[in-house]
Amino acid sequence: MNHADTAGLAPTARSLRVYARWRWWELALYAALPLSWLLLPGQALLLNEIAIVALFAVSLDLILGYAGIVSLGHAAFFGFGSYAAALFAKNWMPDPLTGLAVAVGASALLGLATSVLILRGTDLTRLMVTLGVASVLYELANKLDTITGGADGLQGVVMGPLVTPFGRFDFDLSGRVAYAYSLLVLGVSLFVARRIVYSPFGVSLQALRDNRLRAASIGLSVRLRLVAIYTIAAAIAGAAGALLAQTSGFASLDVFDFHRSAEVLLVLVIGGTGYLYGGVFGAIVFKLLHDLVSAWTPQYWNFWLGLFLVVLVLVGRDRFVRPWTWFGRKK
Amino acid sequence: MLTLLFDGIAYGMLLFVLAVGLAVTLGLMNFINLAHGAFAMAGGYITVLLMNRAGVPFLACLPIAFVGTALLGALLERTLYRPMYAKPHLDQVLFSIGLVFMAVTAVDYFVGSMQQNIQLPDWLQGRLPIEAVGIGKYRLFIIVLCALLTVALQWVLSRTRFGSRLRASVDDPRVAGGLGLDVNRIFLVTFAVGSGLAGLGGALGAEVLGLDPSFPLKFMIYFLIVVSVGGTTTITGPLLAALLLGIADVAGKYYVPKLGAFIVYSLMIAILTLRPQGLFARAGGR
Repeated sequence: MNHADTAGLAPTARSLRVYARWRWWELALYAALPLSWLLLPGQALLLNEIAIVALFAVSLDLILGYAGIVSLGHAAFFGFGSYAAALFAKNWMPDPLTGLAVAVGASALLGLATSVLILRGTDLTRLMVTLGVASVLYELANKLDTITGGADGLQGVVMGPLVTPFGRFDFDLSGRVAYAYSLLVLGVSLFVARRIVYSPFGVSLQALRDNRLRAASIGLSVRLRLVAIYTIAAAIAGAAGALLAQTSGFASLDVFDFHRSAEVLLVLVIGGTGYLYGGVFGAIVFKLLHDLVSAWTPQYWNFWLGLFLVVLVLVGRDRFVRPWTWFGRKK
Repeated sequence: MLTLLFDGIAYGMLLFVLAVGLAVTLGLMNFINLAHGAFAMAGGYITVLLMNRAGVPFLACLPIAFVGTALLGALLERTLYRPMYAKPHLDQVLFSIGLVFMAVTAVDYFVGSMQQNIQLPDWLQGRLPIEAVGIGKYRLFIIVLCALLTVALQWVLSRTRFGSRLRASVDDPRVAGGLGLDVNRIFLVTFAVGSGLAGLGGALGAEVLGLDPSFPLKFMIYFLIVVSVGGTTTITGPLLAALLLGIADVAGKYYVPKLGAFIVYSLMIAILTLRPQGLFARAGGR
């Protein structure tokens, strides 16, 4: 019995290790992050936005790409983290790192609390519940205007300097410190997320994404796993929101908006779901496109966004990123 | 108090007519169509433009809005929607969000982003002279019209041949197809009628709900609430859910304006958590 167990386990462990091996392009990507800071000093503000959107999309990928939960309200956690960081800086302490930790903790708690809502029901129910949570938070932030500033947004957030072992750095107007800060958080979060999805826990998530019933019947606890990944994703989304609030010194109702949830879904889909780095590539493409198109037609950028979505789905998400399959025979 | 109830019922009936097409789309083909509100907006704009620019009377605009939106729905169903049925839900969501974004900006571009007003005919303005209960004539008109539509829909679904075919296709499209029913055509007709009803609802609601390019986004969550809370297996489910939502929303906004739509959203989350299939789902259904 015992002998059979280890004999069965060894190849599994080995295949897990092979699966989790670092690819060359992953290393190249991690190397590109600091290089972008060195080589493009003039673009730090735009790059900072890209890094934040990328982090947000990576967090969505954890629940959508790995656990198969379609969420239309992921902005709930982004916004919650954003307001948490801004309020903390304004009322208690301007230190960014402590603020980030507080925001991540708060979003994780919110994720834990709302994760029970997504355990039951169909895709439609989950869609509605996630959308509902984001809408409830939007209404709350709008109505509690003595705390959050209501529709005007939370203004007058002054961030303290970034205290590191290498010295103190003030957030400057050119955004270079902000970008370095966001890059650092993005890099660390990517690394953590990578450890998670390549662990046995991450593999079991993919099992329950593909067939929940089968995963349950081989003894995986589906509910606990969903709660865990939902909480982790909420925490990372909260970190992205906190970065936005801290680097811009501002939090507004816009962070809870439906647009933001839809946008991050699009970003992730452009980059591709279920391989962790889709969010990063998607954010780069999306933000550059956004910059290009809105310079040309600022008011009607949404039309081209919509057209892009429709074409993307009609062509097929898988085929869209592989242009060489467009003219071949269909399978 | 009674006035509130009355307004709530009128609002709910309107929501029902707007959302019933969505219930059929979801129930029949399991297709998540977030762009349903765009059809309602199309109906509203057809009415507004016809009335204000061409001087067509209000009553004549309503059937035009219905037919125009139904044709638009049929066209889009044939060309764009049909390939979507077999795709995963994520694709359907992305696709219909894309349509919404396009519709919103297109209307903004061609008509402008300001709120549109319609001038109701004289006999629909004002209130009925009844003591204690203020009954707006236009709201009464909406209730009567929507009630008639509901009865007609119920009759079509339960008594006619088309209705039984539709119900058979809802229950099991594969078996229905195997029995020789043209499921695709049934769905095309149903989709067109559903869109047309949304257009009619949009035309009727232009005065009550307000009409501007962000209409599909603003009311998307309301339509979805009606459908997901009411369930998609019957027509009475969405009707009751719509009435409940209408009354709750009107009363909530009157008694606790500070909370706004907060109550409605929280109620929806609670209901869907306790009964994921909706309040009125048939026991033992899919």
